[in-house]
Amino acid sequence: MRLPPRRRHRDELRCRQAVELLTDYLEGALPTRERARLEAHLRACDGCRAYLEQIRATISALGRARPAPPDPTVRAELIELYRRYHATSG
Amino acid sequence: MQPVVLGGGTGSDERDLLTALLAGDEDAFRFLVDRYYRAMLYVARGFVRTTSAAEEVVQETLLAVVEGLPRFEGRSSLKTWIFRILVNRARTRGARQRRCVTFSCLRGDRSDGRNDPPAPGDAASVVTGIPRSVDPAGVVLNQELGEAVWTAVDQLPARQRQVLVLRDVEGWTSGEVCDLLSLSDANQRILLHRARTRVRAQLLPYLNR
Repeated sequence: MRLPPRRRHRDELRCRQAVELLTDYLEGALPTRERARLEAHLRACDGCRAYLEQIRATISALGRARPAPPDPTVRAELIELYRRYHATSG
Repeated sequence: MQPVVLGGGTGSDERDLLTALLAGDEDAFRFLVDRYYRAMLYVARGFVRTTSAAEEVVQETLLAVVEGLPRFEGRSSLKTWIFRILVNRARTRGARQRRCVTFSCLRGDRSDGRNDPPAPGDAASVVTGIPRSVDPAGVVLNQELGEAVWTAVDQLPARQRQVLVLRDVEGWTSGEVCDLLSLSDANQRILLHRARTRVRAQLLPYLNR
């Protein structure tokens, strides 16, 4: 038996809307009322809570990822320029 | 060697680096290059059409930095100063590229560099992993996740990537990024959101391990 769709309170967020707000939420840029609505949704929705944790984990991974130095040829050219500059400028 | 006297924008780490750079210390310059090259490349690549143009902009910028260092007054941080030079050069170069009337332009190569996928070879910036035994707290990314991060970053549209790299990889504040890239806070957040959404999707298989 298929249950009838749950009647949504007019203030409730759908998941699609909720995930769109997550960056603003993490930046502290949501107006008070929107933030309250989002937090209410997050309390009630496992999926969106998990999504938020994944975004946090993504940010964390990005923060721990150190960029590799440039490729050795490029690096050597740059150092050569530096060396030459300091040789000629005494 | 005269100690360097600087304005309030420069921290003590940067002061040591600056002193060494002014003295012609190659290790200092190597450190600077290793530390900032990739971020500089990604930022430049948001303004110019090709990776090779971005590489040239970065190279010109580093040379301009070396030449300009004696005049650096420390009113901003060294990092901010370097990236401002970079952005100015990248914008100029990007504008010049768009005005070009070479045959390739006429032929319809009309991309403005904003949403181009990265050129092949960009994905070479792989982080070498450190085994768990050496890093039990998992502070450093393991090899797989490290590679996945850079692959995902390399695939981002250029303008989203500029913001994501500066904010989430380099740890710049939203104010610093908006200032450097002349973005409103709202636009910056939109770009950041889109970038994070894409990267999350690609990292999903690795995030729960």
